[in-house]
Amino acid sequence: MAITLDRQRTPAAPIQRDSTMQQRLGRVAAWVLLIGAAVVALFPLYWLFLSAVTPTTESIKIPPDFIPIHASIENFQKLFRQAKDYPRWFANSLLITLSITFFHLFVDTLAGYGFAKKEFPGKGILFAVLLSTLMIPPQVTLVPLYIVTRNLNLLNNPLAVILQGSANVLGVFLMRQYIQTLPRELEDAARVDGCSEFGVFWRVILPLSRPAMGALAIFTFVRHWNDYIWPLITLTKSSNYTLPVGVASLQTEFQTDYGIIFAGAALAALPIIVFFLLFQRSFLEGVRMGAVKG
Amino acid sequence: MADLTYDRSVAGRSVGNPVMRFFKRYGWGYAFVLPSLITFSIFTLIPVIWAFIISLQNYRLNGDSTWVGFDNYRLAFTTQSGVFKIAIRNTLIYTVFTVVTNLFVGLVLSSLMQPLGKWAQTFFRAAYYLPSVVSAVIIGVIWRWIYNAQWGFLNYIVGLFGIPPQRWIASPDLALQSIVAQRMLTIPATAVVLFSAAMASVPKELYEAAALDGAGAIRQWWSITLPLIKSTSLFLVVLYTIASFEVFDLIQVMVPSGVGNSTQVIVTQIYQTGFQQYRYGVAAAQAFVLFLMIAAAAAVQFRLLRSDVEY
Repeated sequence: MAITLDRQRTPAAPIQRDSTMQQRLGRVAAWVLLIGAAVVALFPLYWLFLSAVTPTTESIKIPPDFIPIHASIENFQKLFRQAKDYPRWFANSLLITLSITFFHLFVDTLAGYGFAKKEFPGKGILFAVLLSTLMIPPQVTLVPLYIVTRNLNLLNNPLAVILQGSANVLGVFLMRQYIQTLPRELEDAARVDGCSEFGVFWRVILPLSRPAMGALAIFTFVRHWNDYIWPLITLTKSSNYTLPVGVASLQTEFQTDYGIIFAGAALAALPIIVFFLLFQRSFLEGVRMGAVKG
Repeated sequence: MADLTYDRSVAGRSVGNPVMRFFKRYGWGYAFVLPSLITFSIFTLIPVIWAFIISLQNYRLNGDSTWVGFDNYRLAFTTQSGVFKIAIRNTLIYTVFTVVTNLFVGLVLSSLMQPLGKWAQTFFRAAYYLPSVVSAVIIGVIWRWIYNAQWGFLNYIVGLFGIPPQRWIASPDLALQSIVAQRMLTIPATAVVLFSAAMASVPKELYEAAALDGAGAIRQWWSITLPLIKSTSLFLVVLYTIASFEVFDLIQVMVPSGVGNSTQVIVTQIYQTGFQQYRYGVAAAQAFVLFLMIAAAAAVQFRLLRSDVEY
């Protein structure tokens, strides 16, 4: 047998070591395609940051510059001078998104533990009801939730966005799935040592669930940081906007002063990009757990 | 108490009162799931039921709502000379192109990534995934600029090939195509990640056996990889179909006031009917039409793709 089996290599790899001309060409073509796709993927973001640091007079000339030779912070200065609420949008987004994230971390882990490890009558039915609502598009609840929000005088209140964000049950499934894999002996050992039921959750389950909670926190944060339609409907005063609503409003407010729009959009994109680069691993873990759409 | 509960079979047996016994035994279970059930009921379950009730009413905020039966469902399709029908058609066009391209591109890219080393795989996955964490609003702002009729990057590019400048998203004839093209050029990050994970979990022995039988890389991919990632494909088809049916942010930002009716989709219609014209009943009915479409599409896809899962 002239074929060497190389276990390090992954599936589609040609198993023979001696590569023919054809195989070498194929490999080059694969790299070209993959790199081309990466360029296509990243180009719009590059273009955003390029346009954000380029004064408007330079960014609207043809042919455009492909590298930031005219870089300046002019657009950002104009942004903060003219779009006075921008820092507030940032603060609003942060407050709303962090509140929703902490809510889900606690409540979803609690429920995940309950559904994974506790026995009680009606558990199966309750879980099935939760599961079945995942299919319902969130647009269905827009009208009734808007009416309640209005009647409770919560329009333009961050609480309206926080409460609506607490409704998602996806996290419960993720946490349940993860907690099911934890060995029961650990809980029982803690009980023998005199832990209360809540103590078992707090001292045993919570610390052990950290990897899943990391993924849950990250995807909850990103999802709600980017939320658009609900804040758009409920937050109508500029000082109450979240970042996506604010950035979209820049387009109508500064119709032709593109520089301000790009500066605003770039600053809004930056934290989430940094966040992704820092927590890339947990992020992609979250995707595999079926958490994120993209 | 602690040593009573940890052994499930004897838990609570010593307490007399049956209600107390029930709570002693199951109380903690309910307590753990209760916060989640409460928020779920208040913000999902009750609103869904209430939305259906509103869809049967001529709903008014001041309280004199009247029952109109299924009239809102008729109105949903006929109001404003039937723009909702156009919106459904546009949504379907958008969905078909998006789902097919995303699946195809995702499959090709993850197959090409498979033989690469760990470092290269991580790099490409991150590069493809990065844009999808940025909000659709920002992506919309960028593409609005790329499609700009006067200074847009795209007109510069097509100009290099001697094509005269187009108005892209500002033109009724090209707007929908431009938006679909944007989606098709977006690397389907979730598909790449999930396909890669599925391909990595195919047992290596299968490939080794096939290689011993003389099957080449393409043949291996066709006869081993493809059949074994079918359930992932099914999941992705359903996921992308639902996301496409619900598209709103991107279109709302790229063409805020629409280009005639050519960029109307289902959710922009719901938004306009409900929150710009304040016709709550009709908007609720349109939302339920969306719900039915999603349920129907998912059911059909499950049936179609399941029937030939076995290779």
